[in-house]
Amino acid sequence: MNDMSPNKAEREAKLEGMGCKRKRVEDVRFTQGKGNFVDDLKLPGMLFGDFVRSPYPHARIKKIDIKKAMKVPGVLAVLTATELKGVNLAWMPTLAGDVQMVLADGKVLFQNQEVAFVVATDRYAAADGVEAVVVDYEALPVLVDPFKAMEKNAPVLREDLRGKMSGAHGPRKHHNHIFEWAVGDRDLTDAAFRKADVTIKELISYHRTHPSPLETCQSVASFDKIKGELTVWGTFQAPHVIRTVASLISTIPEHKIHVISPDVGGGFGNKVGAYPGYICSIVASIVTGKPVKWVEDRIENLTSTSFARDYHMTTEIAATKEGKVTGLRVHVLADHGAFDACADPSKWPAGFFNIVTGSYDFPVAHVAVDGVYTNKAPGGVAYRCSFRVTEAAYCIERGMDILAQKLKIDPAELRMKNFIRRDQFPYQSALGWEYDSGDYHTAMKQAMEKIDYAGLRAEQKRKQADFKAGKTREIMGVGVSFFTEIVGAGPSKNCDILGIAMFDSCEIRIHPTGSAITRVGTKSTGQGHETTWAQIIATEIGIPAADIMVEEGNTDTAPYGLGTYGSRSTPVAGAAIAMAARKIKAKAQMIAAFMLEVHEDDLVFDIDGFRVKGLPEKFKSMKEIAWAAYHQVPPGMEPGLEAVSYYDPPNMTYPFGAYFCVMDIEVDTGVYKIRRFYALDDCGTRINPMIIEGQVHGGLTEAFAIAMGQEIRYDEGGNVLTGSFMDFFMPTAVETPHWETDFTVTPSPHHPIGAKGVGESPNVGGVPAFSNAVNDAFGFLGAVHIQMPHDYWRNWEAAKKLGVVS
Amino acid sequence: MSNVHVKLKVNGQVMEGLCEPRTLLVHFLRENLNLTGTHIGCETTHCGVCTVDVNGKSVKSCTMLAVQAQGAEVLTIEGMANADGTLSALQEGFRLMHGLQCGYCTPGMIVRAHRLLKENPNPTEDEIRHGIAGNLCRCTGYQNIVKSIQHAAAKLRGEEFLEAAE
Amino acid sequence: MIPGSFEYHRPKTVSEAVKLLKKGKDARVLAGGHSLLPMMKLRMTDPSALVDLGGIAALRGVKKVGSKIVIGAMTTQHELLASALIAKNLPILHEAAQLIADPQVRYMGTLGGNVVNGDPGNDMPAVMLVLDATYKVTGPIKSRAIKAREFYKGSYETALKPGEIVTALEIPVPGKHGYAYEKLKRKVGDYATAAAAVVLTMKGGKIATCSIAITNLAPKATLVEAAAKTLIGTAGDDTSIAAAVTDARKVMDPANDTRGTPAYRTSVGGTYVARAVKSALRRADR
Repeated sequence: MNDMSPNKAEREAKLEGMGCKRKRVEDVRFTQGKGNFVDDLKLPGMLFGDFVRSPYPHARIKKIDIKKAMKVPGVLAVLTATELKGVNLAWMPTLAGDVQMVLADGKVLFQNQEVAFVVATDRYAAADGVEAVVVDYEALPVLVDPFKAMEKNAPVLREDLRGKMSGAHGPRKHHNHIFEWAVGDRDLTDAAFRKADVTIKELISYHRTHPSPLETCQSVASFDKIKGELTVWGTFQAPHVIRTVASLISTIPEHKIHVISPDVGGGFGNKVGAYPGYICSIVASIVTGKPVKWVEDRIENLTSTSFARDYHMTTEIAATKEGKVTGLRVHVLADHGAFDACADPSKWPAGFFNIVTGSYDFPVAHVAVDGVYTNKAPGGVAYRCSFRVTEAAYCIERGMDILAQKLKIDPAELRMKNFIRRDQFPYQSALGWEYDSGDYHTAMKQAMEKIDYAGLRAEQKRKQADFKAGKTREIMGVGVSFFTEIVGAGPSKNCDILGIAMFDSCEIRIHPTGSAITRVGTKSTGQGHETTWAQIIATEIGIPAADIMVEEGNTDTAPYGLGTYGSRSTPVAGAAIAMAARKIKAKAQMIAAFMLEVHEDDLVFDIDGFRVKGLPEKFKSMKEIAWAAYHQVPPGMEPGLEAVSYYDPPNMTYPFGAYFCVMDIEVDTGVYKIRRFYALDDCGTRINPMIIEGQVHGGLTEAFAIAMGQEIRYDEGGNVLTGSFMDFFMPTAVETPHWETDFTVTPSPHHPIGAKGVGESPNVGGVPAFSNAVNDAFGFLGAVHIQMPHDYWRNWEAAKKLGVVS
Repeated sequence: MSNVHVKLKVNGQVMEGLCEPRTLLVHFLRENLNLTGTHIGCETTHCGVCTVDVNGKSVKSCTMLAVQAQGAEVLTIEGMANADGTLSALQEGFRLMHGLQCGYCTPGMIVRAHRLLKENPNPTEDEIRHGIAGNLCRCTGYQNIVKSIQHAAAKLRGEEFLEAAE
Repeated sequence: MIPGSFEYHRPKTVSEAVKLLKKGKDARVLAGGHSLLPMMKLRMTDPSALVDLGGIAALRGVKKVGSKIVIGAMTTQHELLASALIAKNLPILHEAAQLIADPQVRYMGTLGGNVVNGDPGNDMPAVMLVLDATYKVTGPIKSRAIKAREFYKGSYETALKPGEIVTALEIPVPGKHGYAYEKLKRKVGDYATAAAAVVLTMKGGKIATCSIAITNLAPKATLVEAAAKTLIGTAGDDTSIAAAVTDARKVMDPANDTRGTPAYRTSVGGTYVARAVKSALRRADR
């Protein structure tokens, strides 16, 4: 019975619970410039640290002369690897089981690598100090091409690994090899290819780029010599992990380390791992006894912190001539830069790349990934990638289009033919994942109808004829992308970060007067958790969201969490929040029963309180119950009303979506126009549609930039060519297209509120849509696969190669 | 180099401080005057998160010396709210239309939008996008920022904001 | 992010400025600061002193003097865009100024600053070339006038001598003319991948006078005389324009950078010359 009398509707609206476009709590301070970002912090006596960085991509360090620097007014100290060795911190462990230099130890391995840390009274003096340090380098041969990394005479990069025949992920084939990771049935897959009617094989590269949040990475470290306690404020997406790592690599016990992530100006995976800047600010604080702040410049951020992607995927699909896929075989060459600092869960050196079967029912598949070292910055997992899912989605979505072209089947039709059907869920993929839920056909049909797909293809046909007849110099592309991604890391059975399982947590405490505070182990960097976490609790417990304070980021008070990245917050912490709320609800029910003198089974939860079945006037609101919890609990029950939940998810979640990009390209200039972009997302239960839409807009804008020109590009000498916003493509409001968003709802069956997570989907699904649009435009002229990024000049070069421009 | 004494009006209040000739206006505001609402996001004058209003002009305060603002009238995000403490039309517009996520570009964006609406109280969407082309955002994809500015512009003109149908 | 130290001066007159420039062994003029300060922040240049011209009122403003428009060198792009005199007499300046950088940079960036560095990426030099502008210069020894067409020697190399300041730009008013500044760029705020400036006049349905110049397609802003000559006397038909484009491409020598390969930039450079000519022809008819 749907009894939504005005009173009920009013009461529900008052809660501002799940499903409503609750306006954000955070905005009150951000719109007034009252955010609390790391560089806003000022502590008495605070010093400033800045790095001397190597202009050479690969060189031996002969000498570091700090005499001139020490004479610069305001400069107090210059740390080098020598000083760090004294506290065993010249090298630090990475999240990927490798080690990384904190300061260059004998040699440098990528351009702009950290060489020395100048500590001064203010940032101006520190900058002067940096200019005054003199370093003698002896250049070494440079390796930038990952395809050459395992050649016999390739330069030796990691002298510290000399003689080590295996690494954290198994045997190493070569001095520049890091790991080989393989999954799937090789024999069955090879057999499928041998008997296939049709196969495609293409090298599909996802170029190196960078998440580039507007706030760079920064920290303030303050070591209290008297108490022996370290406090670190920093741009950390995972503050608890940083605390544990800091404890493991220093001699300071974990309970004496306080890590605080205040407001953070965008993360996008750039702020997950530990950087030399954090370590050096901590060491400098210990050495000087004063707080030390480190704030990196943009060029430093782009050229030394975690890059994203750089996957070179040789992709093969086998199919019947009717277009049913029968096998998938992918080999990836992964360029990891100088150190393997990939922020993956520890057992997954290639992240969750094995989601590469995507939305399609592949009976067999095999993936092999070889990671190699080069003279580039370390990193690899970042930028809304869900742990290499962006790479996997690009691989399969490009692959399907290439297959469609070969089979002469429409790309949307080919996908429909091969989608996993709704009745196949939960679905066991050929590469080991159990997809929780999905309804791909419904989503695809809805999307295709909304954009008039048939009309677009008809228009395209006409335009192709016009082009061939010389009536126009414009070509039109329709890019299709139907992605399934995997988020919510993750179940303890296979997901851990440095050995810590990837659960997440929530603590809720209801105050006597009926309002509440909740602390969660995640850390918002723009996703609006202060607003949305309260919405979950409001719906679960019946307290208005406006009465629920949400805190994240202080490791002393927040229960242990693994942080925010990989769209894991809603799947994991969102679940913990619901579970903690239900514990409170259960206790509240018992208190209400006691107050109403009934058995708790006689009560039903009704929006904001408990009502006796059959006696509607007998009702206790949550506010009344909260007060009672502090003075009138049933005999034998503890007073108070709070709960903690640590949630170990039983599975990952699998959001999906249908994206379409309509693009027109002028072949003579390579200039493109995004005529239309339509994005349908299914993230299960939708907590705040306004915030979901915002996440999709932002992710699509990142995808647009990546696909159409944003890259971290090195020349043959290992010099970064795109190290600042002059050349690293950051679209403005003028270039950024208009986004149309839509949705379907297919809840996750294993999640307490059925939610899946959405933050990364638009980047995952967006890039293939743009790239497929470009390729689709050029397809009728003979192009099979044009590599990203699709800058104007590259579009022109593609046209030239096809003989369309002279 | 000897210090210079810079005296200027910020958000209607006379403020002053000692700094070097090379001290950038953004550092003077943030460090000397403790107005940390204005942010820093790059060192090549691209991102615009440092935008303030100097003598009626939108200026990237990272590319101006504090000493160049001697005697100037400067408006920063801290001065945008109404005199009674309520949010200005722009601030309220950004809140209602979800024009921000991480909040880092927001001060510069709002201060720039403030000047944009003074230049042109009834801008088209295209004029808004060109008007904020000096301000980067990584989170929102700009679409809701445009709506936020349209909302504020309508309110300032005494009109209601009607969202364009998709 | 942080520039090196320097002495700062804010003179009240041009002669005071000239004296200060002469005094400092490494002194530089500070105009809008949006070319100089970014370079100083990256420590690519390290002047010992800055002479801020911002306090010299005589260096600002747009006025008509006889048949010339005289623009003070410290006039900002924003002020240019707001000038009715410019809108009426030299609309190509508006078209070009609107394509420079972004709103904030245009509030501070000056016309003088945009023409004086010899940066091949700046937009105004090509416009000054087609307009046959003259730069008024004051120096330690004397004042002089340098034609824009004689000003640009090479990449960051100009006819300006150490200690000299450009104080004003003098532009003859073209009368009824067609004009265009067409610029291809990767995004708002970027320098040109390719850009072309055209000014032409018609007589009896034929092109009577024509000037064409290119931006960022060679080590310096370049007046493409051969291409202009090819068009004079023609009706601006497609064949003539194609011939002019061929001439223009011959003098192009673009850098190979992230905006594109030289082959690409030469190709689009020619395409944009054609577009600018066509736009100028359309406007000449009005």
